[in-house]
Amino acid sequence: MDFSMIFFILVAALSVGAAVGVVASRVAVHSALFLLVHFVTLAILYITLDAQFLAAAQVIIYAGGIVILILFVIMLIGSQPFTGRAGYRTWVPFAGVALGLLMVAGLAYAIVQTPLMPATLPANAGGVPEELGMFLYTQNILLVELAAVLLLVALLGALLLAKWPKAERIVN
Amino acid sequence: MVPTNYYLILGAMIFAIGAIGVLSRRNALIIFMCVEMMLNSVNLTLIAFARQWNNLNGQIFVFMIMAVAAAEVAVGLAILIAHVHHSKSINIDDINVMKW
Repeated sequence: MDFSMIFFILVAALSVGAAVGVVASRVAVHSALFLLVHFVTLAILYITLDAQFLAAAQVIIYAGGIVILILFVIMLIGSQPFTGRAGYRTWVPFAGVALGLLMVAGLAYAIVQTPLMPATLPANAGGVPEELGMFLYTQNILLVELAAVLLLVALLGALLLAKWPKAERIVN
Repeated sequence: MVPTNYYLILGAMIFAIGAIGVLSRRNALIIFMCVEMMLNSVNLTLIAFARQWNNLNGQIFVFMIMAVAAAEVAVGLAILIAHVHHSKSINIDDINVMKW
């Protein structure tokens, strides 16, 4: 067992632990912080997969953008754990865990059956920003334009949705 | 070099943990976070396959998934804030305004 395998196992264990923490913690802020740890571990795994640009993008977009957005919303609407109606839907968590274990079994069956050899190809230098940028801005320029339009529409939509109740209050 | 299968198994485990969270939690914010985790596990799988076949298209897919995830989180959290203004609750069972 060489060094890269030990490193992968350590980072993967941390990633799975953080994922379990997101699902299992009672307070929403703790979930957001576990989510931050999870995203950083995934960025480390992207670097081990020769995807350096995507690792940086993961840290900037997910850890720097999405988690911050979620933390802002938690600040806005409060994170106290609510007490649900007692005895209402108590069976649903068990059904969720059972269905999730069923999904694990199915996915593990599919992956174990797949005859994927270990990657013996030379590591692609394509993960560095230069190669990926050349590929993105020459052959996939339409995707960049579509992503720009999508982000603009999402920004306007989010602004409209979040502003709406205050405008109604003024009318009333 | 770590075999690709290990990355696939890790991605499947994270996807399943996220699915369990979506199915079993009632806090809408935590459900959002679990959806993000599921998207990230698919990203990990795509990058692992991009290394396996020495092909950059998988990384382009991941780039697009990141853009879509950012848009999804912005719009979803705006809907959640609008709903909290409306009914003062983030319990997913109380979000039934459009139920007939």
